[in-house]
Amino acid sequence: MHTITLNGLTRKFGDLIAVDTVTFTVRTGEIFGLLGPNGAGKTTIINMLTTLLAPTSGDATIDGHDIEGDPEGVRRSIGIIFQDPSLDIGLTGRENLDFHAMMYGIGAAERKKRIAEVLDVVGLTGKADVLVENYSGGMKRRLEIARGPIHRPKVLFLDEPTLGLDAQTRRKIWNHIRDLNTKYAMTIILTTHYMEEADYLCNRIAIIDHGRIIALDTPAGLKRLLQGDIITLGTGGPAESLVPALQDRPWIREINCDNSIMTITATEGESRIPDFFTVAQGLGISIVSVSIRQPSLEDVFIHLTGSSIREEAGSRLGHVHSGMRRRMMR
Amino acid sequence: MIQPAAIYVLWLREMLKFVRAKSRMIGAIAMPVFMLIFLGMGFRRVEFPGLPPEISYLQYLVPGIVGMTLLFTGAFTGMSVLMDRQFGFLKEVMVTPASRISIVLGRIAGGATTSIIQALMMLFLSVFLGFALPAIYLIAASVVIMLFISIIFICIGLILSSFMKDIHGFNTMTNFIIFPLFLLSGALFPVQNLPAAVRVFAYLDPLTYGVDALRGVLIGHAAIGVAPDVAILFIVSTALIGISAWCFSGGEVL
Repeated sequence: MHTITLNGLTRKFGDLIAVDTVTFTVRTGEIFGLLGPNGAGKTTIINMLTTLLAPTSGDATIDGHDIEGDPEGVRRSIGIIFQDPSLDIGLTGRENLDFHAMMYGIGAAERKKRIAEVLDVVGLTGKADVLVENYSGGMKRRLEIARGPIHRPKVLFLDEPTLGLDAQTRRKIWNHIRDLNTKYAMTIILTTHYMEEADYLCNRIAIIDHGRIIALDTPAGLKRLLQGDIITLGTGGPAESLVPALQDRPWIREINCDNSIMTITATEGESRIPDFFTVAQGLGISIVSVSIRQPSLEDVFIHLTGSSIREEAGSRLGHVHSGMRRRMMR
Repeated sequence: MIQPAAIYVLWLREMLKFVRAKSRMIGAIAMPVFMLIFLGMGFRRVEFPGLPPEISYLQYLVPGIVGMTLLFTGAFTGMSVLMDRQFGFLKEVMVTPASRISIVLGRIAGGATTSIIQALMMLFLSVFLGFALPAIYLIAASVVIMLFISIIFICIGLILSSFMKDIHGFNTMTNFIIFPLFLLSGALFPVQNLPAAVRVFAYLDPLTYGVDALRGVLIGHAAIGVAPDVAILFIVSTALIGISAWCFSGGEVL
């Protein structure tokens, strides 16, 4: 059962194609992540799905309602926590929550109960009757998080929900999001560029870059994409000079260099480490540190979007990298 | 289509903010008060042809200044949507299931209430300058006319703000649209005295009929006539409500 379907959804701003024929479905009750660098088109997708922006072409349905044909039906099914502030700073926190709930026709007694409950979750009970203009940035963010799902929508959109929050609050918000998902069977779409957030919360993740989906899988499935371990070598000299000797090894998937740090993605990483020492010794370069770890979602993300190497496009390493990437895409 | 609950929420929001922003209220009526005091005193001895001699300039001016108060507070309320857009609150309203017409009507309900309160304050303040208040039922009738005037200018403010993406256009709009509407309306002098070419624009200005109707009710002298005035105000306000709702449903919010 699919609650959200996107079919070739496209949005252009002048010449810029912000969202380029995006197609995917989100299952009922799923927590689905949209992951991508800044400007990748995540928020534009959310704005189209929440009827704030009209698509240039393509279509999408939310809970059976077409975003262009039946926007009011869509609006009845959704809740959203915006990335940018959207509070009325001239009202108190409690009034912001109350007015939101009233817009969805929730009765007075139920409003009171739910407001008390969410204020407690986001730790704003003591500040509820203070005007929002006197709130700190973090408090405003928490109030937005409290407000978005208060009417228990079928589908909840979270656009960078925990941006700018401290680690303790973030944990609490994550648990809250999971609670909403399990208790009220909310289908949740969230955008984030915190990898651990996506990893912790999402059942499936779509990685977006330049308005296109470049990968879509479970967090575990995405990590398997790298097919190997991440080995980080600290070298006594410039790490780049090791590249020519290593790049033909079939078990190396990817090499990135940054001064005296070399990051290698390799299969069966543990058994390869002696080989690095041999090669380095032959070239007269010392290896001062070695670490090996399982790939994280961030490694996959960097691998797929390649933003760290893109700035040095044209260099020899850039070619090595893109060549490797092409090989992997096959 | 029309959801009373949504209208009520938006009205309540406006009332809460109005009660809290006392300085805003004082600021909003300061200019009409000054205009009333200084124009009323300065033109005390002016006589307009066609105006019965028993009507002093102050009597003549007060309904005009009441109309001006409604024009400015109404248009600014309508354009306060720009502030909501700036602060992001507009998005929050636009993703709720409230229909666009309900959102527009909620704005109008809140804006008209605050505008009429301010206009009535002006009316009662003018008594201290020597304005003779009419019978209470005529004041009640004037409130109905005030409602039409408020609706018209709140809608004009809403329509203008749907074309502007930020608050930078605010002063331009005030100088090139709101002020001419005020000056052309006959709030300060009879439009019948204007040259024919300019008079055409005066008759295109809805405030002309609003001020004329207010004069008819409050000082018993209407140049056009209260009945045709009210008919025109009714038609224009209804049409503008429709246009405002359309501006907010067709356009994109962001």
